[in-house]
Amino acid sequence: MAEIVFQDVTKRYPDGYEAVKSMDLEIADGEFMILVGPSGCGKSTALNMIAGLEDISDGELRIGGEVVNQKAPRDRDIAMVFQSYALYPHMSVRENMAFPLTIMKTPKDEANRRVEEAAEILDLKQHLDRKPSQLSGGQRQRVAMGRAIVRDPKAFLMDEPLSNLDAKLRVQMRAEVARLQDQLKTTMVYVTHDQTEAMTLGDRVAIMRAGMLQQVDSPMQLYNHPKNLFVAGFIGSPSMNFLPGRISDGVLKLPMGDIRLPESKRGELRTAPADKPLIVGIRPEDFEDAAVVGGDTEGATFKTTIDVLEAMGSEYYAHFTVKGEGQDMQDNVELRELQEDAGGGALASPDSFDVVARLDQTSGVRIHDPADIWINAAKIHFFDPESGQSLANR
Amino acid sequence: MQRTGKEVALWSIGITVVLLYALIPVVWIISLSLKKPADIGDGRFLPKSVSFDNYDNVFSTDTFNSALRNSIGIALIATVISIALAALAAYAITRLEFTGKALILTGALAIAMFPPISIVGSLFDLWRRIGLFDTWIGLIIPYMTFSLPLAIYTLSAFFREIPWDLDKAAQVDRATPWQAFTKVMVPLAAPGVFTAAILVFIFAWNDFLFATVLTSTDASRTVPAALAFFTGASQFTDPTGAIAAAAVVVTIPIIIMVLIFQRRIVAGLTAGAVKG
Repeated sequence: MAEIVFQDVTKRYPDGYEAVKSMDLEIADGEFMILVGPSGCGKSTALNMIAGLEDISDGELRIGGEVVNQKAPRDRDIAMVFQSYALYPHMSVRENMAFPLTIMKTPKDEANRRVEEAAEILDLKQHLDRKPSQLSGGQRQRVAMGRAIVRDPKAFLMDEPLSNLDAKLRVQMRAEVARLQDQLKTTMVYVTHDQTEAMTLGDRVAIMRAGMLQQVDSPMQLYNHPKNLFVAGFIGSPSMNFLPGRISDGVLKLPMGDIRLPESKRGELRTAPADKPLIVGIRPEDFEDAAVVGGDTEGATFKTTIDVLEAMGSEYYAHFTVKGEGQDMQDNVELRELQEDAGGGALASPDSFDVVARLDQTSGVRIHDPADIWINAAKIHFFDPESGQSLANR
Repeated sequence: MQRTGKEVALWSIGITVVLLYALIPVVWIISLSLKKPADIGDGRFLPKSVSFDNYDNVFSTDTFNSALRNSIGIALIATVISIALAALAAYAITRLEFTGKALILTGALAIAMFPPISIVGSLFDLWRRIGLFDTWIGLIIPYMTFSLPLAIYTLSAFFREIPWDLDKAAQVDRATPWQAFTKVMVPLAAPGVFTAAILVFIFAWNDFLFATVLTSTDASRTVPAALAFFTGASQFTDPTGAIAAAAVVVTIPIIIMVLIFQRRIVAGLTAGAVKG
């Protein structure tokens, strides 16, 4: 058990490319820290640097107060679960799990006891004498975790351990990982590109983009108070809608209409950006069918036509398009990257915006019909179009 | 897949032709070795009466027994050293980035392509001067030199197939590089190790050129070279039968080797290492 501290850590490849740029991060003893971001953001590199599988170009990495920059992986006393599981195919499950103990020359009885114990926790007892090739994906995944926990290491590192599992098993194993961490109380660093995993598992989540930490916070903080456009768009599913807007005299002008901002909201804004273009972020659940909302809540109602209506059972996802002037958004790097990460390519066009709204299941909206949609004015986010930073006070 | 009768017939004919083509000379030499000296020239494909005189003959001469000993010893030692070095070299080549890597690979390939006949003359001279002429070492060195490139190529192909994550996992599991190599890499590359070992062994076992040029006595002469010096039971008997018997005897170890290792050369040993 130990805390892990990144102090100004940089990873620079021989060709000059910086995968991780002066990263500062403190992971407390026993904490469950998630590193999340789109592919190529440096999260796996950061994890490999903790493991010692990648050299650290600059800065200092400490595990349990000890600088480990120059230490070989075997001297760092950390355990790692790989995305590919990396089980030794020529060894049985028992031998796989006992491998680190064999290497450390742990007495046979002790090693056996620990393997049995881990197998018990992970429900692998009846598979101990089988080869990895005879196991299902989920079982292999558990063997990989078993090999990590038999050692009682200072920290667990997990590199997208669930991404090779099918969706249902992933949800099940996600719960298992959470339970395991809760049981063992060992520091855990978990890399994923899946924001749902990040939100559900972590004590804290560190969001990375292009080698830089964007925000490190608890899942709810990230969700409610994203520091910049990237975090806002990355966390949440369906993701936040971004629209061009302007504020003048306490009235927000949006492509779909004007909204009078409540006093509390105006107070939250750091500076009063008088009549300057802004990027406005509204989460899908901060829209609602006007018929469902009571009349006295603060917000505004506008008319639109629903293009696509997805019934999710507990709610509807309603898609509609609004027109507006949004050259600033076209130019924003973070938005473009988010869009690419979602597989959507560039923003469709500079003056038309697709919006997703989450409507209550009692909503009576119908596809191709005009609908009255309400916006919750208290939950609107504002971002600077140039820097992408949130304009909120905190 | 369902095959039609015509396909089956064509396949059977093809396979029969290939088998006959490959096996007739072998059967012929076995038949020769079993004939009595008087019947050697009788022109029959199968011997009139079977006799093991030729085998008795062969094993009763010192020349053949010592040649057999030399062949086995030299080929085994050359194989073991060659595979050990090739495994280390192949691992380094597949896993490390270092300057001169391309040079090593092309150099190895060039050596494999090099015609041995072009160096035996100078090697003969050199070995005589430094006292390696007519010794085991004198043959082991050229055998290793010419078989290493092949072994390195074969083994690096196998090491490349082993997922890199396994090395990393071993490192994180506190193994030293040597432990990772011996406990994880080599067992997984076992089919490759055996394939390479067979190739090296057969190369050393079958070599005639170096064996004739670099040896002069029973101290190190191997079987292929010794066969050329074969006489019959006496100076005046036709050695054909004896040579045939000796040829059969030297073939046996190769057949045994291949049969033993064939079972080890199975693909799919890495199945289950990674998601598949």
